[in-house]
Amino acid sequence: MASSFLEIGLEAGKRWQELTAGERPWIRIGTALCGEAAGAFEVADAVEAALESQGVSATVSRVGCLGLCFAEPILDVQLPGGHRIFYGNVDSESVSEIISTHVAGGTPITAKALGYLAQEGSTAPVPDGIPDLNKHPMKAWENRIVLRNAGNIDPLDIYQYIANGGYQALHKSLTDLNREETLNEVKASGLRGRGGAAFPTATKWSFLAGNPAPEKFVLCNCEEGDPGAFNDKNILESDPNTLVEGVIIAGHATGATKGYIFIRHGHNGPIDRCRAAVDQARELGFLGENIMGTDFSYEIEIALTGDSYVAGEESALMEAIEGKRAMPRFRPPFPAQVGLFGKPTNINNVKTLAYVPEIVSKGGEWFAGIGHDTSTGTVILCLSGNLKYTGMIEVPLGMNLKDVIYEAAGGMKEGKTLKFLQTGGPLGGVLGADNIDVLLDFEVLRAAGAIVGSGGLIAADDSTCIVDLTRSLIAFCQYESCGKCFPCRMGMSHLLEVLERLCRLEGTTDDLALMQKIGVNMQAGSLCGHGQLGFNPVSSALRYFGPEFDTHIVEHTCPTGTCLEPSYSPAQSRR
Amino acid sequence: MSGLVQRIHDAVYGQTQPTVTVLSSLLAVEDELGYIPKEALEFVAEFSNATVNDVWAVASFYPNFRFDPPAEHVVDVCWGASCHLVGAMNIFKSVLEAAGLDDEGDTPDKRLTVRFNSCLGACSQAPVIAIDHHLAGRVNPESAANHVTCLLQQDGHGK
Repeated sequence: MASSFLEIGLEAGKRWQELTAGERPWIRIGTALCGEAAGAFEVADAVEAALESQGVSATVSRVGCLGLCFAEPILDVQLPGGHRIFYGNVDSESVSEIISTHVAGGTPITAKALGYLAQEGSTAPVPDGIPDLNKHPMKAWENRIVLRNAGNIDPLDIYQYIANGGYQALHKSLTDLNREETLNEVKASGLRGRGGAAFPTATKWSFLAGNPAPEKFVLCNCEEGDPGAFNDKNILESDPNTLVEGVIIAGHATGATKGYIFIRHGHNGPIDRCRAAVDQARELGFLGENIMGTDFSYEIEIALTGDSYVAGEESALMEAIEGKRAMPRFRPPFPAQVGLFGKPTNINNVKTLAYVPEIVSKGGEWFAGIGHDTSTGTVILCLSGNLKYTGMIEVPLGMNLKDVIYEAAGGMKEGKTLKFLQTGGPLGGVLGADNIDVLLDFEVLRAAGAIVGSGGLIAADDSTCIVDLTRSLIAFCQYESCGKCFPCRMGMSHLLEVLERLCRLEGTTDDLALMQKIGVNMQAGSLCGHGQLGFNPVSSALRYFGPEFDTHIVEHTCPTGTCLEPSYSPAQSRR
Repeated sequence: MSGLVQRIHDAVYGQTQPTVTVLSSLLAVEDELGYIPKEALEFVAEFSNATVNDVWAVASFYPNFRFDPPAEHVVDVCWGASCHLVGAMNIFKSVLEAAGLDDEGDTPDKRLTVRFNSCLGACSQAPVIAIDHHLAGRVNPESAANHVTCLLQQDGHGK
């Protein structure tokens, strides 16, 4: 606390130098949720055990996600002063060999290496016969802004974040810029909300900044219940400090007194890492009274919610923090007037706030130069489904969606053919395979009947039945409806009933018109996006795959045969 | 004060975050006991200056809360769209078979709970299940059933 920011920076630099060019090799293991699911914890244990049994000394860090989830568990070895060499699909057996041959012996196992990443400042020659990981299809298109540290630094060590430029943006915002100038940088960047609505962030902030109330809040939304999207949790796991810094800068720019980071109970990886980032920021004087010696005082609290998808809706989120049922509120009044505990409040998504430090550091103009038209900056896409390469990539907006699928993600697995993409979470829409020649741009995608939304992209091959997937999406929406507005509560149940009928091949020609009618009512009569957008999965499916629905109804057959297989969904809805 | 009420008391009063609410208190009890007994609804109501009805309204809304003691182990099967596409339904079928269940819920001997999870957050590793909250990805019907069988064969009781 007593140290100045300059002294903290020097200490961080010294520690980083020691890690990368000290005496010990550095082993980093990807342990985000994707790594955990692939067995990264077992690999990390095996690494520790092998080091011990072979008597080898090395630093071991559990880092976040590099994005190449298809190759998890991934570990990399950086010999002192050398480049990082990565191994994919690692198991306990290969760990032993990597430790003896590479870490202790100093010779990379060329045949098993996934690739290398050249390190700035290293004079070591690049390894022979190992591919440059930056040329891997999944990395070649990337421009990492939010994810610049993901997979590189230990998320539990704020000094590693600072050594890589962390907290310079907050320092700049507090000492070189004032509140208004900070807000102007965000305005110049053209940053738009990444939670789904793509509302201009600076405009939203200005509503709160213009409110003279003495107590105001900034909320960061990491509810993220979307099946197919995991980028918010991944940011918290891979680089929580960048989010925390963004929440502090947002507080400064809007004149808020406190920030809340809202996470679903039970997601312990993101929660623990975020808590550590907040505690360490407080220890170093980046939170609390008179931050960095200025008159700005600010606190951040982590608030947890129970399982509820609708808790990710901004007004329901405030209800949940207040400890109530996560149900949306009537608006007006809007949160910037009457928000959390009745105080003026601004709500942003994790990704939105995580962009802020780099925008303030490098300037709004720099950010506005990336992207397409009014969709500035990058987008973080979660690639899943039947793709060759699944994982998470950060690419400039304006990239062609076709290139994302066929180039970055390597096309479909097992030589199959793409049938459709499900975009932007369960309330987004599907895009037929012939319609993915579109730019990743908020307006362009919306016009095509899909959305960028949360950044989830689920690719389905031609063995998938569109009616079956639509039923699955509506089953999710029905289960997650909070029940406050009856057009959504009843509408989702009725839609599900109709879709189940279609899947049993017992549908009638009236069913499509019936669904349309339900959809219109849901859109008109629901308070929040869950009901207003809840018909999207059906309407976009009908738009691109009308004939396949007809086959189910008229010919009573399912072309892929999927609909005849057993299907399960939760027995019980919200009471 | 009974042992159960003492644990509820300690969980509720042990919260360290500044914002303490009905929901946060229920989550604290759930973390401690694994379920919300009737005593906890009453305790949290008294603690929060609310009615039992108010507390029940919150508790019944969030499906992560259960109201009877948990089974020894829990297996979550993800049914999100990413997992659905790559065979989640077959995973569910084989997990249920291995557990001897017809649908989600507890086995009669309370050794295992099988439940749906709408997204476990590791979609790139689909299909995903969680065994006692530990994720396992890229499972197939056989490996998922194996996980269940291994859990049920473990000796001893308690977590």
